[in-house]
Amino acid sequence: MRRREFALSAAAFAVLPEARATEEAMRAAIRAWAGRQPEAGALKIEIAELVENGNAVPVRVAASQPVVGLALFTPLNPEPEVLHASFGAALARPEFSTRMRLARSQRVYAVAKAADGRCWQTGVDVIVTLAACVEA
Amino acid sequence: MATRAVITLPEAIKAGEAFEVRATVAHAMETGYRSGDDGARLARDLVRRFECRLDGEFVFAADLYAAISANPYLAFWMRADKAGELSFVWRGDNGFEHRETRLLVLT
Repeated sequence: MRRREFALSAAAFAVLPEARATEEAMRAAIRAWAGRQPEAGALKIEIAELVENGNAVPVRVAASQPVVGLALFTPLNPEPEVLHASFGAALARPEFSTRMRLARSQRVYAVAKAADGRCWQTGVDVIVTLAACVEA
Repeated sequence: MATRAVITLPEAIKAGEAFEVRATVAHAMETGYRSGDDGARLARDLVRRFECRLDGEFVFAADLYAAISANPYLAFWMRADKAGELSFVWRGDNGFEHRETRLLVLT
């Protein structure tokens, strides 16, 4: 009987979508967007180091040279992707700002893609005291 | 139900000078990972794509995922050499689509 209950609860868990990405899944998502594994490079992520509420965290990503796209990724949110931005010729600065969710404390990554295919990334650690209710 | 969106542009924009565009649209950005009061999982309902064009010419686009907060906010810097029409479109799950246009007047 106990075994049957265990089997049932295990089956119920299997139905739930994976509520937490992994470092590996994030690297795959970065490669899928950038087309290759980015090198470490100069890229600015402006985000609070200590976040009280993970539901709406202001974040700004800025590159120091012209790029065609910028993207944000997280290893420990339910999904690694956060936002992929692409820039046209009328864009004046290689940057964007938004507000994101953080499900737990983790290192947030930004990746830049240049017109010639080069890409680079950087990461910043963020501590979250009250996580975004992505699962609750 | 009418969707509300807020676009913020500077009061005076000079030709060739950088200015910031801020765009927010009212949307729950339901992740698909949360449960409602009855314990049932709330269906995913996201804005997936935002685009800004000036007279039809591509300026800025973003693909949004579940990690973007409710009422998605996006800000970017652009420049324009001549007056024109800025158009904004948000598209998402369940056929969500919202458009806004703003006349760009240069001083």
